[in-house]
Amino acid sequence: MQTVFQKPEALTDVAMHYCPGCTHGIIHRLVAEAIDSLGIREQAIGIASVGCSVFAYDYFNCDMQQAAHGRAPAVATGVKRVRPENIVFTYQGDGDLASIGMAEIVHAAARSENITVIFVNNAIYGMTSGQMAPTTLLGQKTATSPRGRTVEEMGYPIKMCELLATLEGPAYLSRVSTHDSRHVLQAGRAIKKAFEVQQQKKGFAMVEVLSTCSVNWGMTPVNALQWMEENMVPYYPLGVYRDVTAKEGN
Amino acid sequence: MPRGEVIVNSELCKECSLCVAACPHGVLGIGKAINSKGYHSVEAVAPEKCTGCTLCAVMCPDVVLTIKRRSPERK
Amino acid sequence: MARTLMKGNEALSEAAIRAGLKAFYGYPITPQNEIPAYMAEHLPLRGGVYLQAESEVAAINMVYGAAGAGVRVMTSSSSPGISLKQEGISYIAAGQLPCVIVNVVRNGPGLGGIQPAQGDYFQAVKGGGHGDYRLIVLAPGNVQEMADLTTLAFDLADKWRNPVMVLSDGILGQMMEPVEFAENGEPKQFDKPWATTGAVNRKPNVVNTLDIIADKAEKNMQALLAKYEKIKEEEVRWQEVGTEDADVILVGYGTSGRVARSAMEMARKEGLKVGLFRPITLWPFPEERLCELAKPERQFIAVEMSAGQMIEDVRLAVNGISPVYLSNRLGGMVPTPEDVLAKTREILEGRVN
Repeated sequence: MQTVFQKPEALTDVAMHYCPGCTHGIIHRLVAEAIDSLGIREQAIGIASVGCSVFAYDYFNCDMQQAAHGRAPAVATGVKRVRPENIVFTYQGDGDLASIGMAEIVHAAARSENITVIFVNNAIYGMTSGQMAPTTLLGQKTATSPRGRTVEEMGYPIKMCELLATLEGPAYLSRVSTHDSRHVLQAGRAIKKAFEVQQQKKGFAMVEVLSTCSVNWGMTPVNALQWMEENMVPYYPLGVYRDVTAKEGN
Repeated sequence: MPRGEVIVNSELCKECSLCVAACPHGVLGIGKAINSKGYHSVEAVAPEKCTGCTLCAVMCPDVVLTIKRRSPERK
Repeated sequence: MARTLMKGNEALSEAAIRAGLKAFYGYPITPQNEIPAYMAEHLPLRGGVYLQAESEVAAINMVYGAAGAGVRVMTSSSSPGISLKQEGISYIAAGQLPCVIVNVVRNGPGLGGIQPAQGDYFQAVKGGGHGDYRLIVLAPGNVQEMADLTTLAFDLADKWRNPVMVLSDGILGQMMEPVEFAENGEPKQFDKPWATTGAVNRKPNVVNTLDIIADKAEKNMQALLAKYEKIKEEEVRWQEVGTEDADVILVGYGTSGRVARSAMEMARKEGLKVGLFRPITLWPFPEERLCELAKPERQFIAVEMSAGQMIEDVRLAVNGISPVYLSNRLGGMVPTPEDVLAKTREILEGRVN
């Protein structure tokens, strides 16, 4: 027997604090696997954000900085500009990236900062106990949209990949999901690609990963995966929104 | 002799059942024992059916599972 | 290097580059625009990075990142922009990251105006953002000090792993005076084993400000406060002229310190026993020395371009031993030496209660 699956080296031994079935854990592992497979753990500098993934600095087995809410792309810019040979990534949720940090992510993308952004979209603020997020779906009930999100009161959910794809800057934009094992494996390939793009100095790369929040959605972890597939995937279509390496034919 | 083997780090398990749902062969189930966090850990209830396909581990959010396989690696 | 005529903002910028500055992250706002312009012109040609951020908020967070990555980094702004940076400054102080922040103060509150003022004194010396923390605050009084104190700012930032603010104003930034840069070679080097540079042959380094376990957070705060106490012991700086026999001591920093000095010289010509006390570090404030100078028959005047801010620290320092009066102008108006001298006479003649 040979070991065909084990904890990646780029994850520490610290037990993650996430709720049972939270797909943050899967996404952490995919990032760590990408780092391992590219052999860049010793070069990597990760930027944790504010929200459920605030403790990411305890879980990634590489140098880490913990940024203020929404500011991770600016912090990553500060690091990458003075240490261009390091591999710099941010790990941000939807409140962090698409609400309070909208200016930072848009401008980092516009400048085509040579960083990798992992954007976890679970359509809710998890850490603060389930408030409406900029990506909360229409009709979705949250602590601050108790009768369901309406267009009249709160407008429309923001589609970050589509929004950033209007800019010239991004080198790689992709949306993936974690609702089943096939899609998790796809997500892993996209995340690895987003690091390769940085290694090749192509510029800004972001992977938006659809994720669950079963506790704040009020369902079991298994049902949450199904809800995500049936509700989030149709509104947030999966796919590659920008890939400059494809244009170049490599 | 099964083709694969699932090794469970019970202390990390949070009883979410994503692995149970992911396994195509019904190898895994939620056990009766309680770990130090108060969760019933997953266990291999039908270990003889394991093919070492890793789909359970792919869906596990807490890196609870280590997978071994007899056939050549196909990762 | 021979003495050259430079604007204060340019002298400050040149000194920063000579101090080994590796990155400048800025955003336009008057009256500090000469600093980013100088940096954009010179820094990329001398081994550093210049970047205009999308906002002051982003700029200070870029500073956080680069400081955490172990290089000398700075930003500059003016009052409303410094308010926007306060979130990041609090994080930088909590993360114990060395950096230099320049505030070329203008009149406020709100959008205020673009005239020189000192209304950001409280914000600078009492913390400014959320939580218990301090900046080291240096107050240059001329163009030479704009350069020298900037060099010192980088050394203090690295020595203490603390953000250092250079508190200037529109007059000091725009005025031209001769300045000379020291020829003593390479900037001081400090080991930064805590910096995030990639975990090669060591455990990962983490730059973090989250502290949610209360008893641990209290211990960390106590360690931070112990550092501040040591800074107070070692880094207080000030200038005194004619204080020994003074009946009245004028206290002023930066531009108001220059005004106070002129007023003192005019008073001395009239035979009035007036001295000058000019704090160079606003935090730590030279409170011990001021306390030594305090006696019942001696009076103090705080000369300010603010509504009575530094006067509170002077009063705390003299601790009721001496009366302390205020001579100030507001709204971007600069006090004249004649204003201050008139106030001095009033006090000496007992016409002020």
